[in-house]
Amino acid sequence: MAVLSFIEAIHLAMKEEMERDEKVFILGEDVGKKGGVFKATQGLYEQFGEWRVLDTPLSESAIAGVAIGAAMVGMRPIAEMQFADFILPAVNQIVSEAAKIRYRSNNDWNCPIVIRAPYGGGIHGALYHSQSVEALFANTPGLKIVIPSNPYDAKGLLKASIRDEDPVLFFEHKKAYRLIKGEVPSDDYVIPIGKADVKREGNDLTVITYGLCVHYALQAADRLAEDGIDVHILDLRTVYPLDKEAIIEAASRTGKVLLVTEDNKEGSVMSEVAAIIAEYCLFELDAPIMRLAGPDVPAMPYAPTMERFFMISPEKIERAIRELAAF
Amino acid sequence: MTIEKVIMPQLGESVTEGTIEKWLVKPGDFVKKYDPIAEIISDKVNAEVPSSHTGIVKEIIGKEGETYPVGTVICTIEISEEKESNISEAIRNATKSDLKVKINEPDYGQLIPKQKSRYSPAVLKLASEHKIDLEKITGTGLNGRITRKDVLQYIESQKDMSPVSAGTTSKEIVQTQKEIVSSQPSTPIQIEKSAGDAEIPITAIRRAIANNMVRSKQEIPHAWMMMEVDVTNLVAYRDSIKKQFKEQEGFNITYFAFFVKAVAQALKEFPMLNSVWAGDKIIQKKDINISIAVATDDALYVPVIKHADEKSVKGIAREIHELSQRVRNGTLKSEHTQGGTFTVNNTGTFGSVQSMGIINYPQAAILQVEAIVKRPVIIDNMIAIRDMVNLCLSIDHRILDGFICGKFLKRVKDILENTNYYEKTVY
Repeated sequence: MAVLSFIEAIHLAMKEEMERDEKVFILGEDVGKKGGVFKATQGLYEQFGEWRVLDTPLSESAIAGVAIGAAMVGMRPIAEMQFADFILPAVNQIVSEAAKIRYRSNNDWNCPIVIRAPYGGGIHGALYHSQSVEALFANTPGLKIVIPSNPYDAKGLLKASIRDEDPVLFFEHKKAYRLIKGEVPSDDYVIPIGKADVKREGNDLTVITYGLCVHYALQAADRLAEDGIDVHILDLRTVYPLDKEAIIEAASRTGKVLLVTEDNKEGSVMSEVAAIIAEYCLFELDAPIMRLAGPDVPAMPYAPTMERFFMISPEKIERAIRELAAF
Repeated sequence: MTIEKVIMPQLGESVTEGTIEKWLVKPGDFVKKYDPIAEIISDKVNAEVPSSHTGIVKEIIGKEGETYPVGTVICTIEISEEKESNISEAIRNATKSDLKVKINEPDYGQLIPKQKSRYSPAVLKLASEHKIDLEKITGTGLNGRITRKDVLQYIESQKDMSPVSAGTTSKEIVQTQKEIVSSQPSTPIQIEKSAGDAEIPITAIRRAIANNMVRSKQEIPHAWMMMEVDVTNLVAYRDSIKKQFKEQEGFNITYFAFFVKAVAQALKEFPMLNSVWAGDKIIQKKDINISIAVATDDALYVPVIKHADEKSVKGIAREIHELSQRVRNGTLKSEHTQGGTFTVNNTGTFGSVQSMGIINYPQAAILQVEAIVKRPVIIDNMIAIRDMVNLCLSIDHRILDGFICGKFLKRVKDILENTNYYEKTVY
């Protein structure tokens, strides 16, 4: 099995799907000749031609709108937002059109689009290149939001998203692109959307998180294992709709839950996870539900020291786990 | 002289590692700040690494052709000026203090000052499921809080101690046992084991029974008395209603219920037998709560019929039935075994006609009801076949003397001999 970086796995998923189904096409800013600013689509323009890898104007609303229209008449568009931060001009298209078409047309129409966007900080991207935007969309029924944490999941989940009959927002942590590497099979596999995954079994406390933070939590757990703290890690993988069963099971297993997200704390995906645990697991809880998240400040700062202050790190997770373990 | 580290720089937004293509300096070279020191290639760009200090290259750590994560030290530079950069120092200090600022994070420690008696839902649920008294668990959590893990470990340790114990009851006794052990250090005797002998480990409940017996026998000066009772009428009466009673009430009317009722009634008239020795005084108990001994294959439990004097024979029979059920299916709780003031023991069930009971500490007496047997008895110079039973009483001679006990037993005897279809009925 080949060891691929996170972004190579994403590239591979798109390449394989385009080879498998000629209805699959890519559109976005600089995705063609340049191969994307992160090189996710590198070589696809050469392989599939200008009609299947479209360079668009700098208009996210148009990228989403064109993709929605194409999807409604049978195409399988993969729309790339250069940065998740830039998705905001397309919110009307995504929330009011894509998410509601099936419902509005009484099941006559559907909208199988994937919108890929790199999110997250830690790469000196500052205000416009570091945001986590999943919570903005995470109460819109009709949408699915997928955030993979490793190359294996990224390939399987992106394929599942492309084949899904309804709109999927696919967020990729840009710091994970080249940081996270892992074994990725070359065969055609999909990972079901809406299923969380236990990334580490443990009995002392449960960490529930997603995206890059899964990687940090695993690092923290390895260090803590040396001190006899046995951490259970659940990777949500799909942050909307949430895998309630897996959350309840993971929380009940240890009775102590740490929820980690890089997003601002209030109103984050983790707020909803906390609510699910509070609703279903009262009699299993041994400690208050604890959240570790970005501070409630407007944006990721540029100064490296301040960026570190904002970002989640293995050290911060380790500290939080120690505090919760001691409770 | 200070040694400063030069690290692998971040060459672009998503770049997390870089490969050293070529070193442009060697150890001993003098470099000025911003002078290029190495060429680096990454996924996105090729670039020169500028020196972050002015000084002499001390050590080259990174090797050409090798890839290092961003932040890895690749070389060191020795600088002559002590204070190279006041600004960076200032930033470092500022960051340190900033990091200390708490942004309204809940401080779990200060939230609740004393945690020992505040239980989480998980702990309470486990405790009720396993019938655990949380007071007995030592908390290892914050400020002595009992954690879910503490309870799980406690349950495990209890399992190890007594595989057959029945919930709270055994635990209650275990605690008593601990107290005894601490007050009376026992000296273990060496007994040699021969081939073929079986070694039976002592369960917690067995040990508790043993300790209670030792305590009672060593501390209380026992005295004994036996009286013979003619229960022919009682037997006739009970047999006449036995079938119908079972049909109506759903449980058996036993002889034992009549004996307990008679004892409770007599205790009301002779309250000295319903008392305890309290060192410098005797405490005469107001409530008449009769402990009854219920044996299982390997243990002995003593549940209590509370306010037995206020109950009918039927009520007592029902309680005996229910408590025995609880002992058998292991649902006996501590509240069922507490508050006994006098014990009645049904030794007759196994055919015994005479026994010397050990008092149920700290009560004043125990009454053993022996087997009812048919015997030839002389009444008015005639020989008759009568149903006879022996009542054996053990007393704490510190509290009671033979005179009062004789009167008490005589009263019990009278009540029993006058129980019949017309006078003392079950209802």
